[in-house]
Amino acid sequence: MNDTPVSHIPQTLPRFSATFDPHTIAEIQRAAATGIYDIRGGGTKRKLPHFDDLLFLGASMSRYPLEGYREKCGTDVVLGTRFAKKPIHLKIPVTIAGMSFGALSGNAKEALGRGATAVGTSTTTGDGGMTPEERGHSQTLVYQYLPSRYGMNLADLRKADAIEVVVGQGAKPGGGGMLLGQKISARVAQMRNLPEGIDQRSACRHPDWTGPDDLEIKILELRELTNWEKPIYVKVGASRPYYDIALAVKAGADVVVLDGMQGGTAATQEVFIEQVGIPILSAIRPAVQALQDMGMHRKVQLIVSGGIRTGADVAKAIALGADAVAIGTAALIALGDNAPEFEGEYKKLGTTAGAYDDWHEGRDPAGITTQDPALAARLDPVKAGRRLANYLSVLALEAQTIARACGKSHLHNLEPEDLVALTLEASAMAQVPLAGTNWIPGKTF
Amino acid sequence: MSAMLQKSMEKSSVFDLSTSSLRDLNAMLQSLPAETNQTSWVVKNPRGAHALAVGITTPVRVNIDGHAGYYAAGMNDGANIIINGNAATGVAENMMSGYVHVKGDASQSAGATAHGGLLVIDGNASARCGISMKGIDIVVKGNVGHMGAFMAQSGSLVVCGDAGDALGDSLYEARIFVKGSVKSLGADCEKKEMTAEDKLILADLLDKSGVDANVEEFTRYGSARKLYHFHVDNAGAY
Repeated sequence: MNDTPVSHIPQTLPRFSATFDPHTIAEIQRAAATGIYDIRGGGTKRKLPHFDDLLFLGASMSRYPLEGYREKCGTDVVLGTRFAKKPIHLKIPVTIAGMSFGALSGNAKEALGRGATAVGTSTTTGDGGMTPEERGHSQTLVYQYLPSRYGMNLADLRKADAIEVVVGQGAKPGGGGMLLGQKISARVAQMRNLPEGIDQRSACRHPDWTGPDDLEIKILELRELTNWEKPIYVKVGASRPYYDIALAVKAGADVVVLDGMQGGTAATQEVFIEQVGIPILSAIRPAVQALQDMGMHRKVQLIVSGGIRTGADVAKAIALGADAVAIGTAALIALGDNAPEFEGEYKKLGTTAGAYDDWHEGRDPAGITTQDPALAARLDPVKAGRRLANYLSVLALEAQTIARACGKSHLHNLEPEDLVALTLEASAMAQVPLAGTNWIPGKTF
Repeated sequence: MSAMLQKSMEKSSVFDLSTSSLRDLNAMLQSLPAETNQTSWVVKNPRGAHALAVGITTPVRVNIDGHAGYYAAGMNDGANIIINGNAATGVAENMMSGYVHVKGDASQSAGATAHGGLLVIDGNASARCGISMKGIDIVVKGNVGHMGAFMAQSGSLVVCGDAGDALGDSLYEARIFVKGSVKSLGADCEKKEMTAEDKLILADLLDKSGVDANVEEFTRYGSARKLYHFHVDNAGAY
């Protein structure tokens, strides 16, 4: 029997479903209204096992630390020592990942070159070829060799400091690309030999080789074209890292680049970004294992990318066996992407600073992911380059801080034994013990 | 060996791959100065080696006297390269300028992504001939396999025989001329009216490659341009 007056009965609160959460419901409604999937830029936004789930142990009774600000802790790295006559020597092990002129404005590309050069690291071209500005402002420039071969030419190949054969990227292993018509300006069109203003597809397969046996011959050709001088990188999206890295090494790579699913893209279907590929945390150890099994660890260098944000991330990636890391999204943020000063304009675009990801639309208020001359002019390449240089310096300083605390005189002396995991997932993926235990799931009992 | 080739070889410098390495061959050809008087070379005993005569930027003549492996004449920029045999995958890939002549058959991806120059294949070409071509002209005197001119952007592909399945799939602005039959057209490729400009281009290419044929016997194919802007209504075409 209910004696409570109706006006006093507690009401059931509105309750959102964990399965049909507000984002999911909005996506169903959007799909129903438009009949087309969502395309966006950036990398995966879901929560994944990541470097945050690892901790360094630091020095104590059985390990001796190095003095901060006094004792040397090296950060340099040499890439391409296997076959190339002219390996690359970088002062810090943080490189700038491949991003195209087309996806990015000319000023953004120049700023990336300026920032990277200021701290002694490399930057990378993207789909669409090498611009003179980029070459001019980048002391060390990696030239991507992509399936589309947009803008690929012999003169630029010989101007490059290294060549990166792109098999795939973490945001979309197995996928090609699409640069929408609004970003195909006259200059972008001319560089890509395409009509202005049309959607431009980037192929998902290389036009003249298939599989590792062909790749071996392709790498031979690239070396013959460039007098065996330039390091040849092979970049893969993280999916089957053990076998992919082993096959890249077998095909003759000097350097392998492994990009986790957190790695960004200029324009890809949301479903592809979020549902294909594996997190970088889970990919590094199998890749290193492949190198070790072939006797090639530290002989073929490993660059990892996908969600690197801090010096701690850099140190953790290196401790797990990488030689260097690459950053893309973080570099764009350092340039000015998603800056709060443009909040009014982000609001007009239906988003907010920190969440803007419609990089494919060419309307970037920060002037980075656009070909609109007025928007692009907002980005001062000198100031933006300085911001990137500052950020890269902080990454190196943070990584050194951790390495010294672990008693390491060089970042490359960091090792898995310096790490523990906070979660079972991270412990299993990174193959380091759960904190406070000797237990690694699947390895020890 | 033809009498003409025999004659040209008599005046040529000879490079024998049975006694010297591929590296030495390419390094030598790539370092020839623009004013060199050694303008004619014969490469003996190629034996299907890969990456033969790649990246040459001097307008010299190179006769490869036998079969070539993958990527022969790759990224050629100005040289006149003759392959007196068959060529494997990717002959003249990404050529910038110059002339490449395959006397036999060519395997897959002949002339892939090439920006300029002329590639002539006396025999047949396999799959994906002219894939992603960006300005090169290709004349195939025999047949081409499937997916000829896939994603081809600009330049002309002339096929004097028949074309296989999915010709011109996802084509941009390249021109395709076929004398024989076409097994099927790929997505967004259609038959076009042969314009006066087309006829001039075709006649010139036939003339340059020594083909005795009437332009009226060819059919012109090109992009229907329906897939130039992504639209969900076209999803079934992909």
